[in-house]
Amino acid sequence: MGEAIRIRLNGEDAEVAAGTTIGALVDGVTKDRSRIAVERNKEIVPRTSYDQQAAEEGDVIEIVTLVGGG
Amino acid sequence: MEPLRIRDHAFQSRLIVGSGKYPDPDTMVRAWEASGTNCITVALRRVDLKHEHEERNLLDRIDRERYTILPNTAGCYNVEDAVRTARLARELGLGDLLKLEVIADEETLLPNTAATLEATATLAKEDFTVLAYTNDDPVAAKQLEEAGAAAVMPLGAPIGSGLGILNPTNIRIILGRARVPIIVDAGVGTASDVALAMELGVDGVLLNTGIAQAQDPVPMARAMALACEAGHLAFLSGRIPRREVAAPSSPVEGRFTS
Repeated sequence: MGEAIRIRLNGEDAEVAAGTTIGALVDGVTKDRSRIAVERNKEIVPRTSYDQQAAEEGDVIEIVTLVGGG
Repeated sequence: MEPLRIRDHAFQSRLIVGSGKYPDPDTMVRAWEASGTNCITVALRRVDLKHEHEERNLLDRIDRERYTILPNTAGCYNVEDAVRTARLARELGLGDLLKLEVIADEETLLPNTAATLEATATLAKEDFTVLAYTNDDPVAAKQLEEAGAAAVMPLGAPIGSGLGILNPTNIRIILGRARVPIIVDAGVGTASDVALAMELGVDGVLLNTGIAQAQDPVPMARAMALACEAGHLAFLSGRIPRREVAAPSSPVEGRFTS
């Protein structure tokens, strides 16, 4: 592993290799990209750009899905 | 019967049903079927980083041919979080429908109407079809409509309380002034609460706990469906006026008794 960066992923501190894409983070938590949506520093990351955007030091990333609710 | 229409959306059933707090997923799916609903509310939460791979996702259980998904902003306590949640829901491919709730505090779970108003205006500009959860307050209801809400959803009683329609008079006043659909959301405990709301003339009822936490959710869902239809028919049929003294149902003339 090359240089590591620190990010916050779903409320937890995480260390990932520099250059890790949003897509790689997503694939680490789900097999089906259609079931999740991603926010990076409170901005939506469009599905089409998951593999183009790399995480950067200090990024706050949220990967969300649907759960039961009223 | 006429469907419930909210902007471009039409729902044959006037019940909107939640997906939380059921004893198990199979009961939930059977309760949806028994309720006759065409619209199911869902929430957005973080993916569980440790367990997502093993869990069956809620989306697997919702037949998208049969049900429209209505994402909510439950758990949001400020405008920014509600707007973020709405955008994430749209990114999830759930379309433009949104149940907007901005909650004031954890104890009452009552809506923060000022924040709800601001979030409604922001999201309406972003072309969301906002169903705004609010108090049973005629002033707030009108303000939300003017801010761009596609439907206004006054509570019957606090979320999960099962206390029914605490202020039918206010609901009636809201209805008298409304130009968008009015849906009673929250507080419904049993079938008669749904019937009462529909008899007042509301366009629909949204409920979750009343079905999900009933001892037997599937027949309760059916009871809610029947009450919704019964109440709506009674409203359309025009009930008799209330009077304080009796009025005989049989003719007064032609009596042969002393």
